[in-house]
Amino acid sequence: MALEPYLRARRTRKDLLLMTHVVCGYPSFEDNWRALEVMAEFDVDLVELQFPFSEPSADGPLFARANQRAIELGVHTRDCFAFMARAAARFPFKLLMMGYYNTVFKMGEAVFIEQLAAAGGAGFIVPDLPVEEAGELHRLAAAKDLDPVILMTPTNTDARLARLGQAARGFVYAVARKGVTGTKTAMDEGLVGFIERCRRATDLPLGIGFGVSSRDDIDFLRGRADIAIIGTAALSAWEHGGAPAMQEFFAELLGRTQARGA
Amino acid sequence: MSAPCVTAIPSMSLFDFAAGREGYYGAYGGCFLPEILTSTITELRDCFRACKADPAFWDEFVEVMRTYSGRPTPVTFLENLSNQLGGARIYVKREDLSHTGSHKINNVMGQGLVCKRLGKTRVIAETGAGQHGFATATMAARFGFKCKIYMGAVDVARQRPNVFWMENLGAEVMAVQDGQRTLKDAINECLRDWVTNMGDTHYVLGTACGPHPFPEMVSYFQSIIGIEARAQILAEAGKLPDRVYACVGGGSNAMGIFQGFLDDAGVELVGCEAGGFGPGPGGHASRLAYKDASLGVAQGYKTYFLQNDDGNMLETHSIAAGLDYIGVNPILVHLWDQGRVRFEAATDTEVRDALRLVMRTEGLIPALESTHAFVRAIAEAPAMGRDEVILINQSGRGDKDIFTVADAIDDQAWKAFIRAKAVDYGA
Repeated sequence: MALEPYLRARRTRKDLLLMTHVVCGYPSFEDNWRALEVMAEFDVDLVELQFPFSEPSADGPLFARANQRAIELGVHTRDCFAFMARAAARFPFKLLMMGYYNTVFKMGEAVFIEQLAAAGGAGFIVPDLPVEEAGELHRLAAAKDLDPVILMTPTNTDARLARLGQAARGFVYAVARKGVTGTKTAMDEGLVGFIERCRRATDLPLGIGFGVSSRDDIDFLRGRADIAIIGTAALSAWEHGGAPAMQEFFAELLGRTQARGA
Repeated sequence: MSAPCVTAIPSMSLFDFAAGREGYYGAYGGCFLPEILTSTITELRDCFRACKADPAFWDEFVEVMRTYSGRPTPVTFLENLSNQLGGARIYVKREDLSHTGSHKINNVMGQGLVCKRLGKTRVIAETGAGQHGFATATMAARFGFKCKIYMGAVDVARQRPNVFWMENLGAEVMAVQDGQRTLKDAINECLRDWVTNMGDTHYVLGTACGPHPFPEMVSYFQSIIGIEARAQILAEAGKLPDRVYACVGGGSNAMGIFQGFLDDAGVELVGCEAGGFGPGPGGHASRLAYKDASLGVAQGYKTYFLQNDDGNMLETHSIAAGLDYIGVNPILVHLWDQGRVRFEAATDTEVRDALRLVMRTEGLIPALESTHAFVRAIAEAPAMGRDEVILINQSGRGDKDIFTVADAIDDQAWKAFIRAKAVDYGA
């Protein structure tokens, strides 16, 4: 099933979907796998698999170091696709490639799309590829039913948001604030206004990310957004105590006393 | 002689972009930034366009450079070196005599004027050798901007004198601990600052790299070198140079001097990259002269990068921190494609030898970066005729490199001095 109908179907039974994030090969693929198992326990709907890049300039310190460490550990693009293929076969959630454009450019856009489709990915998030430069990649993706997930940001004009809305497929990733990943975001009227501006620019489901890390954040987003996007906070939990700490994090985040099966 | 005329920018079709290809030079350049910066980069592009279209802006820039930085910098004939080598007559454009000791101040003062027009109150900059950070801290002090400089921790360690000056000029210097802890990592950190603070902050990118309009804007301000140099060499040598040599890290000083001669078909332009330990991945920073780089998109633009098959960047190495960078100016790659600019590399060993020779024969102390251009000129001059003319861009002065040079030539007296100083401070 394509991304948008999949998300809409999930939304009929959940008032807020959850997208999470894993940096491929950090701390190891075995840890990644265990993290995905925890995410499945908590009925996560979508997972971004970040392909490590040496210059992750849109990422905050935690993800930047995770990228760097994964590369030092010898993680290659082919390993990330292989991991994606295994995960797609095993888990119920959809998987997205997340990474920087050079990873795509270096292997060639057509090859990238072929391998992403073969690995069972649903789409991709490439934050440093502006829509002006994405025409060919998006055409190739459409031919394989893969969705390019577009970012909308609070600094965009309404005209720009409209343009982004036209290019978006699957869902829209709304960046809650300025800055890089992993810093706290104020969930306030400013964010509500931004969400309203995004809604006017797209009919697609709307995910909110950057600094979403607590149960209060989730409560705030419920009824306002379709998907809460959890990145740094989950990795941070993993670094503090592996799978049990991550379970505790998601239980607290979702207001559950214990994990439920997917 | 009187000051050369610097009132006109050379006619350059390079910057007449085709529809839908703004910021591209052939296949290179462009603007690849996270969406959050779209409005900021658009604002900068529009502001720079307005500046460029306003003749009063260029006049203001030239006046600032004359009264504050000592422009025009002279062209010096190296009679001793020319005689010793026995070939072409060698002239040097003396950017080392600029305020803060390198060509970096040209770009920085220009962007300072742009920053004022943007109404922003804070500047950030990356720096490798420290020259750009030093120049930016100077500009910020002069114009009253808050200033933060990002510098790789490795570079902080090897260029302490520049860190000292930046801090004393009122800038905050942040040692970047990520990645290779050199120039590229400082650029990443600047981008992270910029996506957070773009409301009041202008990013003073130091070289002619990064997303459009930076390659064009930095080249525009640095073109003052070439405009002056063309008039000066005609006056001093009585003819245009046969070859112009400039070192290429990011490429801003090379773009600066080359622009003066782009329309002169008989002038060969030679870019000199950091050969480090020689060819082979990881041991140098030669993107074009060696064969270890390939086309990629990173740090906001498309160019040749030293990268592996996954598109992750390789380690780079140079004796000169200011050349120690993974990418290269996209305009220069385009000119190289077209055969307009030739690329060569100079190794660390060649640089040490050339520096010694230039110091002893001419009493000049070029920066280790600039010495790369001297290496290639010295290598090629003997095979040229006495009627031929070489022009080298001495982009910066070398006294900042005293620690590196003292290490390289193993100067015992200097080491004894540092030991004594250390004892002093420890007491």
